[in-house]
Amino acid sequence: MLMFIGRKLAAGLVLFIAVTFVTFLLVFSNGEESVRNNLGELATEDQIAQRVNELNLDQPVLVQYVKWLGSLLTGSLGRSFNSGETVTSILATRIPVTLSIIFLALLVTSVLSIAVGVVSAVKGGWVDRSLQFLAGGAAALPSFLVAIALTFLFAIALPIFPATGYVPFGEDPGRWATSLVLPIAALVIHMVANSAQQFRGAMVDALKQDYIRTLRSRGVPERAVVLRHALRNAAAPGLTILSVQTIGLVGGAVLIEQIFALPGVGQFTIRAAIAGDLPSVMGVVVFGTLLVLVVNILADVVNAWINPRVRLS
Amino acid sequence: MSEVTSNLVSPQLDAPVVGRRLWRRVLGNPVGFVTVLLLVLIVAFGVLAPWLAPNDPNLARLELTNAGPFSTDFWLGGDNTGRDILSRLMFATRGTLVAILVVLVVSSLLGGTAGLIAGYFGGRLDDAADWISNVLLALPGIVLLIVLYTVIGPNILLAMAVYGVLISPSYFRLVRSLVQSIRHELYIDAAKVAGLSDRRIVARHVLRAVRGPIIVHSAFVLASAIAVQAALEFLGLGDPTDPSWGRMLQDAFNNIFVNRVAVVWPVLLIGATTLSLVMLGNVIRDALQASASRPTALSPAVVRRLRAEQVSEAEPRSEAGQSDRLPLLRVCDLAIGYPDSTTTVKPVVHGVDLVVERGEIHGLVGESGSGKSQVALSILGILPPEAVILRGAIEFHGEDLLADPRRMREVRGRRIAYVPQEPLSNLDPTFTVGQQLTYGLRAVKDVSRREARQQLLELLDRVGIRNPARVFDLYPHQVSGGMAQRVLIAGALAGDPELIIADEPTTALDVTVQADVLELLRNLQQERELGMVIVTHNFGVVADLCDRVSVMQSGRIVESRSARDLFASPEHEYTRMLLNSSLDGAELRTPLAVGSGA
Repeated sequence: MLMFIGRKLAAGLVLFIAVTFVTFLLVFSNGEESVRNNLGELATEDQIAQRVNELNLDQPVLVQYVKWLGSLLTGSLGRSFNSGETVTSILATRIPVTLSIIFLALLVTSVLSIAVGVVSAVKGGWVDRSLQFLAGGAAALPSFLVAIALTFLFAIALPIFPATGYVPFGEDPGRWATSLVLPIAALVIHMVANSAQQFRGAMVDALKQDYIRTLRSRGVPERAVVLRHALRNAAAPGLTILSVQTIGLVGGAVLIEQIFALPGVGQFTIRAAIAGDLPSVMGVVVFGTLLVLVVNILADVVNAWINPRVRLS
Repeated sequence: MSEVTSNLVSPQLDAPVVGRRLWRRVLGNPVGFVTVLLLVLIVAFGVLAPWLAPNDPNLARLELTNAGPFSTDFWLGGDNTGRDILSRLMFATRGTLVAILVVLVVSSLLGGTAGLIAGYFGGRLDDAADWISNVLLALPGIVLLIVLYTVIGPNILLAMAVYGVLISPSYFRLVRSLVQSIRHELYIDAAKVAGLSDRRIVARHVLRAVRGPIIVHSAFVLASAIAVQAALEFLGLGDPTDPSWGRMLQDAFNNIFVNRVAVVWPVLLIGATTLSLVMLGNVIRDALQASASRPTALSPAVVRRLRAEQVSEAEPRSEAGQSDRLPLLRVCDLAIGYPDSTTTVKPVVHGVDLVVERGEIHGLVGESGSGKSQVALSILGILPPEAVILRGAIEFHGEDLLADPRRMREVRGRRIAYVPQEPLSNLDPTFTVGQQLTYGLRAVKDVSRREARQQLLELLDRVGIRNPARVFDLYPHQVSGGMAQRVLIAGALAGDPELIIADEPTTALDVTVQADVLELLRNLQQERELGMVIVTHNFGVVADLCDRVSVMQSGRIVESRSARDLFASPEHEYTRMLLNSSLDGAELRTPLAVGSGA
C-alpha cells in the first residue's frame, strides 16, 4: 500500500512539474509586456527597464523557472506585481473560501449521486426513466447559467437568499451557510446530473455480474446484495467520475465566485490575469494543480482500499 | 471545462450504423425533431444576422436605455447603454457559431487523428499519446484559459483553439478505443491479407465504424464549447467590441436590479442551444444503439397480459399415475421469454417438464442457446430481471415456488443451491473468499461469525482445498480456477441443500481439473444423498455422472430417459446427432460405466 501511494505521488510530482513548466513558459514568455501593462502608459522606458531588471524578467525563461521552482521549495511564490504582497499570503485568505465551496459541493454531489444512481439502477421503470430525463437536461446546462437562473429566481424575484457576498464562518455561521446555498446549489445541480447518470451505469453493470447472481443463489438478502456487493464494485468507476468532476469543479468555482462575489481564488485569478500579475497567476496554477492532484491521489487511495486487485498487484 | 465533462471524458461506444435510416429515426423522434428544428433556427438566426438584424449591434439610442421588450423599436428591449438586444443577440450568435466551429475542428482533427494512429499502430506511440492525453485531461480547462489571457489577451478565437487542444483527448480516447476494438476484427485481417494498404483500410473500414460515435460526441463537444465561450466572455476576457452571448449576459447580470428582463434572453438562448445539442446527441446515440440493444424489463401490466394469453402445452396430469411420494423437484410446463419490444416477448423455453428424484443426478443436455441454463436458473429464481416466466410451475416437495416468491427466497441457498459455470467471475472480487462464504452462510443459518468460520474451514477441507485457513483469507484474483470452483461448491453446500443446480460446472476448467471436480461432485452427492441437476453440453459428463438425461433442443425437451437407455438406443434424431458429434474422435466410456456413478 505504501509502495502504491509512493508511485502515485511520484506520478503526481511529474505531472505537477510538467504543468507548471508549460504554464510558466507561456506566462513568462513576454514578461516585459506585462510590466508595461502593469506600470501603465505614463511609465518611461527607463522605469520599465529597471522594473524588468528588478524582477529578473530579462533572464532566460528557463533560468527564471528554475529560480521560481527553487523558491517554491522554500514555500515562497514571490510577490504580486500589483500589490507587492506575497502571493502566499493573498492565497491564504482566499483558499478557505474556495475550498469550502469545492468541498461542500463535492460532498453533496457524492451523496446525492450515489442515492439517485442506486435507486435508479435498482428500481428501473418509470423512476429510472424520469430521473434519466431530468439528469439529461440538467447536465446540459452550464453551472454558471444555472447560477444566474437561481439568482434570478431565489434572490431577485423571491428574495430568500442573498444574491452576492460572503460571510466568514467565524463571523456568523448562519449567514455563512445562507451565503453559500445558491453557489453550491448551482454547482451541485450540474454535477449531480452528470455523475448520477454515470453512477447509475456503474451500478447497472455491477448488478449484471455473475457473482451477484451467485450471491443471490446463496440466499443473501437483496439489500445486502445491492448495498454491500454491487455498491462496492461500482465504487471504482464512481470514484473516477468524482475525480473527473473535481477538475471541472475547479473551473466552475471560478465562475461561481465571480457571479456571487465570493472572495475566493477564482475571483483573484481573473483579476490577476487581466492585470498581468504573473506571480499571482502562477500561484493560482500551483493551487489548482495541487488540488486536482490531491483529489486524484485520494480517489486512487480510496479505490485501492476498496479494491484488492489494485492494492495487491 | 466543467461543462458536460463526464460525457467528454468517457465517451460512449456505439454500434457502427450510420446512414439515412439513422437520420429518419432521429427526426422521427419528437425530441430529435424539436432539437434539430431549434438548432436550425438558431444557426439561421446567427448566419443571417447581417441581413435580418433590425439595427446595428453597436448603435446606441440613449432614450431606449433599459427599455422593456415589445414596446419600442427594439423588440426585445434595450440594454444598459441603449443598444438593441435583439440585434446584438443575432450578431452574438454568429460569433458563437464561429467560435464553436474552431473548437470542433481543432479538437476533432487533433484528437481524431492521434486516436486513429495510436489505436491502429499501438506500441510506444500509443503510450506517449495516452500519457499526453491524461495530462491534458487532468488540467482545469477554464482556469488555464484564464491564465492564458495574460499571454494572448482578449482573443477569443485563439482561446477557443486552445480549448480545442485541451478537449482533444476526448476524441482521442473515443477514436482510439473504437479503432482498437475493430482492429482485430476478421474483416480487417481479410483486408490486410487481400493486400490493402494501411491507409486504404483506415479510410474504408475504420472511418466508417467510428463515424456514428463521433457525431454523437461532437454534439457534446459543441455544447461544452458554447459553455466555455460564454463563460470566458462573461468573465470579461473576450473582445469588448464584439457582441457575444457571454458579454450580454454579463452586462445584463450587472444591471439585474435595474432591468431584470434583459438577463432572460441570453440565458434562454445559451440554455436552449446547449440543451438542444446534448439532447440531440442523446437521441442520436439511442438511435445508433436501437438496433443493437435489447429492450429492458417489461412493465408489470404487460407481463400480466402476456401471462394471461398463454396456452398450456402440458399434457393433463393423470393423478392416478402419480406415485404417493412427491418427487424432490418437478418442473411443469415451464415457459420463459425475453422482451423483444416493449410489449412482446420472444419465448426461449416452451413448456418444459422435468422431474428430479431425491438422490438422483439429472443431466440437462443441449447445444448452447437451447434454453437449458434458463431452466436451471429459473429453478432458483435467479433469472435476469428482464426475463419473463410466461407459465408453468416449479414444485419443490410438491410446493409451487413460482406461485410464492417468498417461499422461493426461503428455499434458495437453504434447500436448493447453485454451482455456477465460470468460477472466477462468480466470486465478488472485492471480498476475500472467507468473507463472501461467511455472508452466504450467515444469511441462511443462525451461526456466529466464529462458528461460521469453523464450519466453512471444514467444508473447504472437504471439497479438497489443501490449506483452507490460507485460502479463506485470499482474494478471488489470488486463487486458481479449479480452486475457485471448489470454493463455489463449498458455498453451495454451506446451507446443507437437498438439491443442487450445477450450470456447466466443469466447462471453464482445465481437463485435468475437470475430472477431479466431477469426482468431487459425485462423492458429495452420494455422501449427502443430494438431488442434482447438471446442465452440460458434454456427453462425457453425462456418462460420468448422470442417472437420467433430458435432451433440450430450441427450448423444448425432446427426449428424457435413463442415461443407460439413452446411450444404448437414442430415440430422437437430435439426440443421435448430438451423440455422434460428441463421439467424433473422442473415446467415450461404454454405457456400462454409466451406472457406476449412481
